[in-house]
Amino acid sequence: MAIIVDENTKILVQGITGREGTFHTKSMLEYGSKILAGVTPGKGGQTVYGVPVYDSVSDALKNHPDINTSIIFVPAPYAADAVYEAIDNGIKTIVIITERIPTHDTLKFVNYARLKNVTIIGPNCPGIISPGRTKVGIMPGHVFKKGIIGMVSRSGTLTYEIAHAITKSGLGQTTAVGIGGDPVTGLTFIDVLEMFRKDEETEAVVIIGEIGGDAEERAAEYIRLTKYEKPVVAYVAGRTAPPEKRMGHAGAIISMGTGSAKSKIETFEKNGIPVASFPGEVASILMKLLKK
Amino acid sequence: MKLYEYEAKKIFSEYNIPISPYDVVENPNDAKAVAEKLGFPVVVKAQVLVAGRGKAGGVKIARTSDEVYEIAAKMLGSNIKGEIVKKVMITNAIDIVKEIYVSIIVDRFMRKPVILVSSEGGVDIEELAARAPEKIIRIYVDPLIGIRDYQLRYAVSRVGLSGQQALQFMSILRSLYSIFDNLDCDLAEINPLAIDSKGNLIAVDAKIIVDDNALYRRKEFASRESAEYSEFEIEAHQAGFNYVELDGNIGIICNGAGLTMATMDTVYLKGGKPANFLDVGGGATAEIAEKATSLLLRHPNVKVIFFNILGGITRCDEVAKGLISALNKYGTGKKIVVRMMGTNEEEGRRLLNEAGIDWYDSMEMAATRAVELAKSLEV
Repeated sequence: MAIIVDENTKILVQGITGREGTFHTKSMLEYGSKILAGVTPGKGGQTVYGVPVYDSVSDALKNHPDINTSIIFVPAPYAADAVYEAIDNGIKTIVIITERIPTHDTLKFVNYARLKNVTIIGPNCPGIISPGRTKVGIMPGHVFKKGIIGMVSRSGTLTYEIAHAITKSGLGQTTAVGIGGDPVTGLTFIDVLEMFRKDEETEAVVIIGEIGGDAEERAAEYIRLTKYEKPVVAYVAGRTAPPEKRMGHAGAIISMGTGSAKSKIETFEKNGIPVASFPGEVASILMKLLKK
Repeated sequence: MKLYEYEAKKIFSEYNIPISPYDVVENPNDAKAVAEKLGFPVVVKAQVLVAGRGKAGGVKIARTSDEVYEIAAKMLGSNIKGEIVKKVMITNAIDIVKEIYVSIIVDRFMRKPVILVSSEGGVDIEELAARAPEKIIRIYVDPLIGIRDYQLRYAVSRVGLSGQQALQFMSILRSLYSIFDNLDCDLAEINPLAIDSKGNLIAVDAKIIVDDNALYRRKEFASRESAEYSEFEIEAHQAGFNYVELDGNIGIICNGAGLTMATMDTVYLKGGKPANFLDVGGGATAEIAEKATSLLLRHPNVKVIFFNILGGITRCDEVAKGLISALNKYGTGKKIVVRMMGTNEEEGRRLLNEAGIDWYDSMEMAATRAVELAKSLEV
């Protein structure tokens, strides 16, 4: 098994005729992902690497009723509208690659998606890959390999770095989920941990965090409190980064000392989760924990 | 983007949040004229973006014309926690009987705006939050619906207001939420919201931070990047780089924010110090890589440039081309260490070999090498 996406994932690409949309449609097709259609308003009737383009999501679904997942490359000012269009047409998994979407837009569509039981991955993320099955994202497929490690990350290239080390060690990945680096995201570390808990193929989980917010601290507490059955290894970027800009008193009241790399690393360790010093070290810790 | 107090107060008055009359001046003569018009006593407030202005001497009371002239003359041009004061606000002093705290911010975990209210406002609010968190009331707002009346009534009851003050407080909260929602705010904060001796509620301070990602549709907030950044930072931002200056001697060029931070961390752990970090973002072309390289080649503090490129959307050969072209144009006065892996790595490495530039496969080994070189140059 894998989580969220697999060989049965039938993909719609929103914003398929843009530079990024076109480039990554090709790359996903080369990986073997099943892309049934694309949407760009006003460009209906064209094709992109053989994929038919429609003016709207409803047109695409009329012709390709099997579509169950959308990946969005639409520029930030129009991205929220693309998300609502996908949700209102019944698509249940939406991956948002677009970066720099205003936080208030994300707040609204993330809450709307929850009401409609829609899974949102991102925004500002590399997407999701279940190696050997499908890739719904922009990651380089060749650094991943089908295996037994579940990965969840707030970062893009850093995920590839660590995935590469895991692949070289021979362990490989079941699924790697980039939840995105924005303050507000659809899926969280805890959501994904819960999915990996139930996934039989996943034998251990890697969490890749970075400074800001309290998602890592919450995940660490969650792992201990729910007696997480599988080994978890963490890496946190930003030990030496300059502190984040201050958000008035309210920022300090909400964060209550969380947010720094130190706080995150200490919370992981306090809850029994080993933290790698270097990205490459994640793989060697996994090997030790799994006694391979 | 942080707004100055006077900008935030202008928005407050547009949304009918009560404030005391004010004007903003740039010289002591104008300060005196404004104060005489408003009537004494007045407060002189430095218009700076740094936090903790009051404790750093940026807020002073004046009772006479001479006093206001003197205070304004001293404050204008002074340095408050690294920021030069260019403007001061002159406003009527308020006879404060009680201080309330009100703010709205995004709670990342709940994915909702949260209204924070406390009946004990003032500069020590963070200390209160740590000591007695139950004294800060949190009201989560559904962003699809907005603030509801029962939530306002709850806030009022917890703060302990009644009658006219309760109505005033609810109207202020409603207005603050409208500002937060309408203007794409990361933060809207009133601290303190004062009750004066006549029993009126008045916003004594105003803090608004607007989401940088929403500035494209908030044209009223013209970007003022030039005031907050160095010339290298401005050049880098104009080129679309994520760039931050630090105080070491190893310049870092990398792709992706997380990997960039991890690269900095690795350099530190190996005993070196980054001079800056430059994240070229995804899909950098040769032209962009050349621009990034040339920026660091010109930077006086940089002795070693460490490239850590993990090709995904970014192609290694493009980065290699840009790097080599920058070296040809601007000279090789600095040591170069390259770590390159991923899309088109063979071609990238071939180009580097031709140009006689060493490259590494492993990020840790490359970081070790960069630190060794930087240390050898220090001696």
